[in-house]
Formats: sequence, C-alpha cells, structure tokens
Amino acid sequence: MIRFTLNGRPQDVTVEADTPLLWTLRDSLGLTGTKFGCGQALCGACTVWIDGQPARSCQTPISDVAGKMVTTIEGISGREADAVQKAWVVLDVPQCGYCQSGQIMAAIALLQANKKPSDADIDAALSGNICRCATYQRIRAGVHHAAQSLA
Amino acid sequence: MLEQVMSSLAPLRPSRRGLILGSAAVGGAWLIGFHPGSARAQKAAAALTPYIRIGADNSVTIASAHMDMGQGIYHGLATLVNEELRADWAQITVEGGAGNVKAFGNLAWGGAIQGTGGSTGMSSSFDRYRKAGAAARTMLIAAAAETWGVTAADIRIENGIIRHGDKQSGFGPMAARAALLPVPTKVALREAKDWIYIGKERAVLGKIDSPAKSTGKQDFTIDVKLTGLLSAVMIHPPLFGATVASFDAAKARTMPGVIDVVQVPRGIAVVADSMWRALQARAAVTVTWDESKAEKRSTKALIATYKTISKGPGRVRATNIGNVDAALATSAKVLEATFEFPYLAHAALEPLNAVARITDGRVEVWGGHQMPDIYQAIAAQVAGVTPDRVTMHVMKTGGGFGRRAVLDGDVIQEAVAVSKALGGRPVRVQWDRENDMRGGRYRPAYVHHLKAGLDANGNVTAWHNHIVGQSIMAGTPFSSDVSGNGMDATSVEGSDKLPYAFPNMSVDLTTTQVGVPVLWWRAVGSTHTAYAVEAFIDELAEAAGKDPVQFRLAMMKDSPRHERVLRLVAEKAGWGQPLPAGRFRGVALAESFKSVVAQIAEVSLLNGQPKVHRVICAVDCGIAVNPDNIRAQIEGGIGFGLGAVLKSQITLDGGKVVEGNFDGYEVLRLEEMPQVEVHIVPSTASPTGVGEPGVPPIGPAVANAFYQASKRRVRILPFNRPENA
Repeated sequence: MIRFTLNGRPQDVTVEADTPLLWTLRDSLGLTGTKFGCGQALCGACTVWIDGQPARSCQTPISDVAGKMVTTIEGISGREADAVQKAWVVLDVPQCGYCQSGQIMAAIALLQANKKPSDADIDAALSGNICRCATYQRIRAGVHHAAQSLA
Repeated sequence: MLEQVMSSLAPLRPSRRGLILGSAAVGGAWLIGFHPGSARAQKAAAALTPYIRIGADNSVTIASAHMDMGQGIYHGLATLVNEELRADWAQITVEGGAGNVKAFGNLAWGGAIQGTGGSTGMSSSFDRYRKAGAAARTMLIAAAAETWGVTAADIRIENGIIRHGDKQSGFGPMAARAALLPVPTKVALREAKDWIYIGKERAVLGKIDSPAKSTGKQDFTIDVKLTGLLSAVMIHPPLFGATVASFDAAKARTMPGVIDVVQVPRGIAVVADSMWRALQARAAVTVTWDESKAEKRSTKALIATYKTISKGPGRVRATNIGNVDAALATSAKVLEATFEFPYLAHAALEPLNAVARITDGRVEVWGGHQMPDIYQAIAAQVAGVTPDRVTMHVMKTGGGFGRRAVLDGDVIQEAVAVSKALGGRPVRVQWDRENDMRGGRYRPAYVHHLKAGLDANGNVTAWHNHIVGQSIMAGTPFSSDVSGNGMDATSVEGSDKLPYAFPNMSVDLTTTQVGVPVLWWRAVGSTHTAYAVEAFIDELAEAAGKDPVQFRLAMMKDSPRHERVLRLVAEKAGWGQPLPAGRFRGVALAESFKSVVAQIAEVSLLNGQPKVHRVICAVDCGIAVNPDNIRAQIEGGIGFGLGAVLKSQITLDGGKVVEGNFDGYEVLRLEEMPQVEVHIVPSTASPTGVGEPGVPPIGPAVANAFYQASKRRVRILPFNRPENA
C-alpha cells in the first residue's frame, strides 16, 4: 500500500509499485482530469504537481510519491489557480481541451513562482506541454492575463 | 467490410428534400438521437424538433449533427439555435446526436449520412439549426398562448422568459404542452439586421465548453466511466499488411489483473482490469507475423520512384486549358521545380480509442464518431446484430484533424470485437501513442513536378503540374472517381482550379499503389498542393522581376473574391513597407473548403531555420457566425500547419514506421508559435469552411519569406530535412 496526500487529503492506494501515478489517478482513484498523451513525458498532458512542483505523472511510479503531496486539476485552488482558470475562460483558450489540464497546471505553477513572467519565462515553463490544436497564442495571452489580474 | 456496410446503408439515403424538421417520428428520433443514459435525458424533457429538448428545469439541450473535436461546432450550433430561440445562454448544453440520418445527415454531402469533415459543419447546419430554434420558439409561444388564453402574436421570448403583459414563464412549464403541438413546417427566420448572437464577439457569448475544458471536467472517450469497465491495449503488425500467424500469451494470462488476450482482425488485444496492467501484460505477449503480403518499401525509395514518375506524363489529366507544350516552346523563360512532401500523422493528443459494451444483444459504442451511421453498421456487423440494436454515443474528442473519420472504423471494430469476445463486457480499447503514430492513415506522401513559362514581359505563358502519390478516396464510398480512371479529386484539389488566369494550363495526376493506409489530414489535398503552387508562383514572380503580391493580383481579374482577400492581407501586413533588420515577408493564398485565406508571414533566420514572428491573415468564409472561434481556428490551423512544414514527417524504413512518439515525430511547441492576426472579410454569403482553411497557406508563406531571408528555396519538406541545410 502506498500512502500520500492527494488534493489535500490523505490517500491510500494498493497497486503495483511501478504503476505510474497517471494510471493510478485515472484507473484506481477515478480522477480523470489528468490526461494520457504520450506515456513518455514528451507532451505534458499528464502534468500534476508533486510537492507543489509540476511533474509528468505518466513517468512517475506511484512508489515515488509515498509521503508526498500530489495535486491534480481537480484539487487546485487559490489566487493563481482562480486567475488562470478565469483567464482561460475569458480568452476562450481551449479548443479540443485535451491538453489544457496540463497547460493549466504548468501555468499556475509558473505564476506561483514568478508573478510577472515574460514571454521567455512562459516559453521555458510551458514548452514541454504540446497543444495539437495550437492554442499557444491564447495560452500565452492567458498567462499574461492571469498575471495582470493578480498584480 | 466497408462495401457491405455501405450497401446496407443505401436504403437509408434520403433525398435532400426529405430532410425536414417536422416528422411523425420526432419522438422516436429524439430517443434514438440522444444518449438514453444521459444525465440530462430527464423523463420530463420534451422534444421540440429532433434537435432541441426542453427540460422541466428549463434546460435546453441541443443534439449536434457534428462531432466536436475542438473546432467549436457545438458552440456554433448553440449560437444558431439561440439566435432564434432566445434562451438564457446558461440554460443551453449541447450533446452529440446520432441514429437519425434524416435529422443529422450532412447536407453539404447530400444528406445521405451523418458526418463531420471537410469543414462542412456550419454550411451543413446553418439553416436547419436556425429553423429548429425558430420552430421551438413558435411551439413554446403557441403553448403559452393556449395556457394563458392570449394571442400568440403578442407573446415574446427573451433570455429564457416567455412573456405576455404581466404574465411570464420559463420554458420548462410550457415544454410538455409545446411538444404535443405539430412542428411548424414553415418558420420565419430572423433577418441578419436583427441578429444579436450570430456574428457577435466573445463578450456576448463565451464559448459554451470553455469552463469544462478549463477545469478538467470535460469528458472524452478516455474518461468514459462504466461499471466493470476493462482496459484493452493493442499489438498491431510491425508492417502494414502483415497479419497474425500465431501468438503466445501464456505468460501474459498469468499476470495480475489480466482478463484475456484476444485476437482481432488486425492484431492482438490484451485486456486487464487497469491500463497499466494491460500494458505490462502486453510486453509479455509474443506474436509471429505473416509478412508475406506486407508493404516493405522505404519512404526514400518511394519518393525516388515518385520523382521519376513526376517528370514524365501523368496517368490522368485533371485540368487542360490551351496547349502547354506549344506555349512553353515559345516562352522567353521556362522554370521547373520538384517538391517532395512526406507522410504525416494526425497525432491528435488523445490517442485513438473506443468503448464498447454488449448487453442482451444491444451494442453501445462510445467514441469520437465522425461517421456514426457507418460505424453503427460496422459495429452491428462485428457484433452480429442488426444496426438498430447499436447505439452510438458521440463523444467530444481530444483533437481529430481527420483521423476519426476513417471509413473502416478501425478502433471501433476492435472495441466491439473485444467486447464480443468477452461476452459483452464493457471494454475500452486505448491505443498508446506508438499505436497511434505507427497505425497508418497518414496524409499521403506526394511529389509535385511543376513547369511554367514566362514571356519577355514576365507574364505567365503556361503552367503544368504533375502530382504523384496515393489516393485517399480510391475504394471508398466517397470516391468521386466515377469513371474509374484513377482521378481522385482530393489529390489535386487546390491545384486544378487556381485563381490565376493562366492562358495554358495542365494538371496531371498519377496515383500510386502503396500498402500504407492513408487518410484525410486537416485540409487534405491543399496541404501539399497549396505549398507547391504558391511557392512556385513566388519563384515565377522573382524570375519575372515582379513583386509577389502584384504578380498575383495581375492574374486575378476573374477571381474578385480572392483578389479582395489578397489586397486585405497586404494592406493589414503593410506589404512593401520596411521591416526591422533581419526580418522578411512572404505571402501565400489558397482556397479550400470554399473559403479563401491569404497569409503573410514575417520570418528571420535562427540556426539556418525560419523563426516565424508574425502571421497576418485575411479570410473570407462567408457569414462569420462566431468571429472569435473563426480567429481561433485560423490561429490553430496556422500553428498546426507550421509545425508540420517545419518539423513533421513519418518515414518508413523497410516498411517499418520509424517515428513512434513526439520525440521522433516533432510538432509545433509554444515557443515556435508566431503572433497571429486574423482579419475576417465582411460577407453576407452563406458560411463556408473554417476548421481547415487556415492550414494550407502557412507553409508556402513561410517558404517564400524564408527565401527572402536565405535565398534558399525549400522544396523538400519538412524544413529541417538535411537536404535543406
């Protein structure tokens, strides 16, 4: 059994120790907001936070999160989260929407660390998150919009 | 299988005139059209036309004839309905409709089957969803008139409230009575001058699914939750056309959570109680393949063959104006160029999947069904039931770009076959990225050989283009090749009719036979034809010593719509005005899916590759129903097309697909996205395509700008091929 904190609450789960956090969340814990895109940490669709830092859940064995704090799109809250999600709606960022959980997790983490990110900061923080609909222009605008609303 | 399926569908084909709102089967159609298990299928709900259901709770649920893969058609249809109905925007939800071809058949394709593709959603549904909204409004007003004993003409609906003097009601209390009334066969639609939603900006109507898609709450096929749902992963042949000779799953069957290992027509499915356990067990299965009929050629050899063919005569002629050979013989200058285009994968971010369940002879299939009637018939054949026993649940999908419109319903066949093998247990067949990337159905590889002449004044005397590559349509029910001579309209679209008045013009096609499955890929033929045409036009302009915009405009006398778009983009981009040092412009224009799009790209050089800073775009797509969604689709189309021309290619080595994931198959990333500015030409014409037409011009616009920066013509795609260095 692995014990960790999931979205602020204690969570026990019994799966093989090498099971990726992604499939544990989706198949065992019913949290499907985190998406499967590549299985190789190449696309960012599965981005969650582990101890507050963005991580690719498809390449994180569940054994690695024992005792740690895991946050998924279902568990985000606070000023930065509100600002980002509001910006995403105001600017109609999503098209298909499949990558957006990962984009949003990366964007909030960026704003928590950097109140006023430049374009280059956004590039560095989000370049690992693929959007096949190429909503990138609005993702960038959404981060700036959220930063302004937090200022 | 496809032929059988299509002939079984033939009796379903209604005439276009048969597609009316009023129908004795409205109630039944409704039940078929909506998910029986939907949380919104309240018992108290009342059907007002096959498209609109009103709940006792005032909810308005719209059944969409088109699958939403991110192109925003659900939002578009809601806009059309509500322009007439005038519900409160918050009351409205949209679901996927299916199982009622009379209501949902794609009118842009003649109405015979329901389908999403060819950027036809808005053109197919612009009238019928407004009529549905008007019919529902008329029925609600009539019900209120009866209830209140007043004249219908004095009743108004605004923001979801039905009002007469001091009497008012929400939709819910009137819905049951309204549903008993006949659906009006003739309704008056609001005039354009009275529209408050159509053509209006985001501030009026935020996109209907943005909140769900910004909170992780939007469910896709990968998120379907059913009691006892199993996970299946696939082993597909390593070569296209290889088949299973034998397999050994003895070890896999002993692994934790494994339910079964099942052979299906195209491979082996490994089924477990969770995705990870299925993946682990898959690694323990060994398969021996029969590769005797498999395609074993490499892309390098294929392209070399295509290049040789392209320089000779074509097999069929798509366009023949004047006498090209005679004109070339007397031209002052003759230019020739050969362009090479790779296979491309759709690589939607949600890898292909479908969920199937068979209960008491009733089959249900959840998926991103772009062709639900065809898939219903396929599922019925696989399950061994009649199509009326099959319910298709149309899910939104995590991207599509054409991949979910595969006519043999590949992953649907797999899901139904696996469920059947497991006695009907619910199962999700989930391809992993490598299954998806190596699964074929690519944009075909093509070679174009172009030749053109200029007279002493720099005017084009003749134009010839020979296109060589596989046919997407051959052997499908959508084939336009009625004469059977090998002509595939999708191979030559974007090259056979041009907005430029060439006095002599020929376009030839040679269709090749290769065992790699191919498919429509966002913008289809124009993904390669526009590049070859517009890059070569740029070469001609240079040889003629003329400005690329003026050179085009001079040949557009008979194409006023194209001319308007080109003039607009040139004006907005400040064409001819100086740019910062190191930046260069290129222009391109293409018509696709009945829309005209022109783009001007501003690039600089970065490590020998183009860095695209800015793209200015003008689009004429008829009436702009949702202007911001049009901008979004064009922005996305530019990003999608740019990634492909810069970096994407599927290569075959001895028949094996080399690229398996996003490390080998590179796509556009955030830092490579240019600033895009979209200008929409005001129009009163019926809406035309938007989802795809943003794609074709970006490649040649960047190539033409890159030439200005580097004096190098990129004729072998993608840009990052070593041959271009």
